[in-house]
Amino acid sequence: MFISHLAFADAPVLKLWHGYRGGEEQAIEQAAKQFTALTGTQVELLAVPYDALSSKLTSAIPHDAGPDVFIFAHERLRQFHRMKIVAPSGNGLDRSKYLKPSVDALELDGVLYGYPLSIKCLALFMRGDRGLTAPTTTAELENALTERRQNQFTLAYEAGDFYFHAPILFGFGGVLFDEKGRAQFDTPAMTKSLNWVKSLQDRKLMPQEVSGALVKTLFNENRAPFVITGPWFTGEIDGVPYSIHPLPTVSETGLPMAPFLGVEAAFVSSRTQQPELAQAFAKFLSLGDATIIRVTLGRQIPAELAAYDNEAVAKDPMISAFRTVAERATPTPNTLEMARVWEPMKLALRAVLQGGVSPADAGQLAERRYRALNREAPPTTTPVPWIIGLSIGLVTFGGWQLRQGKGKTFAKRYPEAGRGLLYVAPAATGLFVLVIIPFVIGLSLSLFHHDAGEYTFVGFANFADILTSKGYRITEPLSFYFTLVVTLAWTLANVVLHVSIGLFLAILLKDPLLKLRGVYRVLLIVPWAVPNYITALMWKGMFHQQFGAINAILGHLGIEPVSWFTQWSTSFAANVITNTWLGFPFMMVVSLGALQSIPTDLYEAAEVDGASKWTQFRRITLPLLKPALLPAVILGSVWTFNMFNIIYLVSGGEPGGGTDILVSEAFRWAFQRNEQYGFAAAYSVLIFFVLFAWSQVTKRLSGEESA
Amino acid sequence: MNRQMPRWKMFALHAGLSLTCAVTLYPVLWVVKLALSPTQTLSMSANPFPEAVTLDHFRDVLGSTDAQGRWLFGRQLLSSIVVSAATTLVGLTLAVTAAYSLSRFRFPGKQSGMQLLLITQMFPATLMLVPLYSILQTLGLLDSIGGLVLVYATSSLPFCVWMLKGYFDTIPRELEEAAIMDGASPAQVFIKIVLPLARPALAVTALFSFMQAWNEFILAATLLNDTARFTLPVALQRYVGEYKTEWGHFAAGALIISAPVMALFFALQKFLVGGLTAGAVKG
Repeated sequence: MFISHLAFADAPVLKLWHGYRGGEEQAIEQAAKQFTALTGTQVELLAVPYDALSSKLTSAIPHDAGPDVFIFAHERLRQFHRMKIVAPSGNGLDRSKYLKPSVDALELDGVLYGYPLSIKCLALFMRGDRGLTAPTTTAELENALTERRQNQFTLAYEAGDFYFHAPILFGFGGVLFDEKGRAQFDTPAMTKSLNWVKSLQDRKLMPQEVSGALVKTLFNENRAPFVITGPWFTGEIDGVPYSIHPLPTVSETGLPMAPFLGVEAAFVSSRTQQPELAQAFAKFLSLGDATIIRVTLGRQIPAELAAYDNEAVAKDPMISAFRTVAERATPTPNTLEMARVWEPMKLALRAVLQGGVSPADAGQLAERRYRALNREAPPTTTPVPWIIGLSIGLVTFGGWQLRQGKGKTFAKRYPEAGRGLLYVAPAATGLFVLVIIPFVIGLSLSLFHHDAGEYTFVGFANFADILTSKGYRITEPLSFYFTLVVTLAWTLANVVLHVSIGLFLAILLKDPLLKLRGVYRVLLIVPWAVPNYITALMWKGMFHQQFGAINAILGHLGIEPVSWFTQWSTSFAANVITNTWLGFPFMMVVSLGALQSIPTDLYEAAEVDGASKWTQFRRITLPLLKPALLPAVILGSVWTFNMFNIIYLVSGGEPGGGTDILVSEAFRWAFQRNEQYGFAAAYSVLIFFVLFAWSQVTKRLSGEESA
Repeated sequence: MNRQMPRWKMFALHAGLSLTCAVTLYPVLWVVKLALSPTQTLSMSANPFPEAVTLDHFRDVLGSTDAQGRWLFGRQLLSSIVVSAATTLVGLTLAVTAAYSLSRFRFPGKQSGMQLLLITQMFPATLMLVPLYSILQTLGLLDSIGGLVLVYATSSLPFCVWMLKGYFDTIPRELEEAAIMDGASPAQVFIKIVLPLARPALAVTALFSFMQAWNEFILAATLLNDTARFTLPVALQRYVGEYKTEWGHFAAGALIISAPVMALFFALQKFLVGGLTAGAVKG
C-alpha cells in the first residue's frame, strides 16, 4: 500500500481541461483511464462549462496555471495562437489518418496545431413515420407536405442563429469573405437567402422565433417532420423513427447548402512542462480505442478514418449518415474575421425574422454593427507627457498636504494616530493589495489598447471613440449615450419600485399587534435570501415564450403569449420585474427599522390635532424616514446601476443589445468582443464618473438634511 | 394609536399581504417544482406545484462523483463551507478593527481613506478581474482557497467597514471612558463593552460576508482549477449550458445551495432591522 502510494506520487501527472458533459464527459474520462493504464501517467481532468472554458484558458495558461492538454473547437485556434497558448503538433500528426477537412481546420499558415477528435455539422433530420422521401432541393422541401393543419410546419430550425443560416447563404452563392479576407454582408446573395427564409416564415412553412427547445418539441410531437440540427439532437429524440440526410440543394442556384464543419481537437498547451508526454496523450485521445470509446459512449462523429471501419461504428446509422453529410461541409474558417461575424449576423437575422428590417437592408445593418464592433486600433502615442503630468500632480498634492499640517506637530494634531493606524493597518494592507491596486490598474488600462496580450498606449483615444460614438449612430444600442439612458431608466424604475413597494409593505407590517406579522415578514424577505443568479435564471425560464410560467398564466387570462425578449419594452420590463422582485425586501427591512424608530406619540399628537392619515404620512413618516432611507436609496441606486447578473442572465441584452446597461456593455467589450480590455476599462471609468457625480449630488442632498 | 381596526379592513389587509406573499413565493415554488419533477425541461404550465414527485435530481446532485470516484459534492460542500467561514472570520476581524479605529481615532488620511473605500465600490468588479489574476499569481495564491478567501474578505470590506463604523458611532464614548476610569485596559473595553453592544451590526456584517462568499461564482470559477475544490455555485454552473439547461439538476442544486443561506438569514433576521438602520438613524 505504502509502496504503491510512493510509486503513485512519482508518476507524471497531466492536466486535461474540457467542456464536455454527460456521455461525452464519461467517454473522455474512460479514455484518460486507458492512457493511465498504458503509460502510468495520471490524468487530472477538469470540466468547465463550455462558454467559460475559453476565457479560463486564455487567462490561466500565460500565468502557468493552465492544463497540459485542452479540448476545444477549432474556430478559436487563431485567437489561441495569437495569445501564444497552443503548441504545434509537429511530426506527431499523421494527416492521412483523419478526415481531410478535420485536419485542414487545424492548419494555420502551413503549421498544424492539435489533434482532431470529432466533427460536428448540420444535417436534415426527417421523421420516418410520415411516408416522406428526403428532399434533395429546396423546392422539394417546400412542397413536401401538401396539406398541413394549424400549428403544423414543414421545417423547423434555429433561424435566428447565423450558424444555421450560413449553409443557406452559401447555397444562394454567398461568399462571406472578400479577397482581402474581410467579412462582407451587404451582398445580393445575402438578400436572396434572407428573402427565402423570411418567405418560409411568411408562408407558415416554418414557425417564428425558433429555439432549440422548440425544435425538439415540434419534431417529437410530429408538428414538423423536417428539422435542421446537428449530431447532439439524437439524444433529444423520444423514440421516434428518423433518418439523417444532407441539406438540400437550393433550387434557384443549383448549389448545395454547405454547412459549417466544426472540429473538436485536443490541443497541447504551449506552456506545458512535459511537451512530449502531452503530445502523446493528445494523439492518444484522437486515435484507436479512445476514438471508439468517444464514438460509442460519447456519440461523437469521429475525425479518425479507421473508426468508420469498426463494426460497432459502421452499424450506427447516425454516425455513417453524418460522415456523408460532412463531405459537403466546409470547416468554419479559423480566422479572426470569422469570430467577428456572429454578433452582426445574429442582429441582422433577428431583425429580418421579426419584421423590423427588410431582407435588402439587413446586410447593411450587419455591416454597420460589424464595423462598430471591430474598431481599428487607435494610433499609439507616447506616455511621457502623462507620466510627467502625473508626477507633478502627486508632488503638488504631497506639498499641499504638508502645508496643511504646518504649524502643528504631528503628535499634537493626531494624539491617537499610532493606535488608530495600527487598528486600520491589517484591513488597509489587504485593501491596498487586492482592491486599490487592481482598481488603479483598471483605471489606467483605459489609456491602453489591448490586442492578444499586447498593450499599446493610446491616451484618450478610447474615451474619444466612446464619447463621439464613433462608427454608429447615437440612437443605436451600441452607443454610449443610448446605453446610458437605458441604464438611468433601469436604475430609476427599480429604485422607485423598490422603495414604494418596500415602504408600502413596511407600513402594512408595522403594527405590532397584526396577526401572522412574523410569518409575512419572513416570507417576504425570501427573495433577498436566494442567491441572485438562481433567481435570474429562474425568471428567465419563467419568461420563456413557449414554456414559461408567465405566458401560461397570461394564457389562462386569455392573453396571447408574449415573446418577451424580442421587443425592447417587454424585454426591459422583464428585467425590471425580476430585479424588483429581488430588491424590494431590502427596502422593506430598512423601512421597517426606520418606522420602528419613529415615536408613536407623534402620531397620537397628530391624531389629537385632527390630522388625516395622509397628512400624518407626509408630515411625520416621510420626513422622519428620510435619514434612514436616504443612505439605503443611495446604496440601492449604486447597486442597481451596476446590477450585471440580472441583465446578463435575464434579457442578455436582447433585442440587439438594446437592454444592455453600461456594466454589461463593458463586460461584452472586455470578454466577448476580442478582449478589448482598454475600451472596456474606458467604459468602466465612465461608469465610475457617472456614479461619482451621483454620489456628490446625494451628498449634497443628505448634507442639506442634517443642516 | 387607535387599535380598533374594522373587520373588513383587517380582512383586506390580510388578503393583500397573502396575495403579495403568494406572488413573492411563486418563483421559489417553481424551483421546488422543477427540483422534484422527473423531467429536465420546462413545461408550459402555470401550476407551481409538482404533478409527480421524485428525488432523482437530488440524488444525482448530492451523489456526484468525479473520474477518480471521489465524492465530488461532499468535497465541494466542504470547500464552500471552509471558504465562506474563513471569509466571514477574516472579513469581520479586519472590518471590526478598521471600523472601530475610524470611528474613534483621528489620524492622517482618514477622511480620504473613507472616501476611497466608497469610490472603489463604484468601479465595475469585472474589470478588476484581469489585474487581480496577475496579483494573485505574484503572491502565489492562484488556485488556492486562501487566495479566494482573501479576495472575498477584502472585496466585502468597504461595505462592512462603512456599516460597522456607522454603528460604532452610535455607541456613546462615555461608556468606554467610564470603563477606563474603572481600570479596564483598551483591549478589555473593546472586547467586553464595544463588541457586545455592536452585536446587531456584527451579525448583519457576518451574514453579508458569508452570503457573498457562499454565493459568488465568477471569481471562484476563474481562480480555482480543481473540481474538488470548486465551491458549490461553480458546480451549479455546469448544469446551465449555453444550448441546454438541465433544469431539474439546476433546481435541486439551487435549493441545496440556498438552504443554509436562508436558514442563516432567518436566524439572524431579527438583527437585520436594527443592524442595518441604527447607524443611519442616529448618524
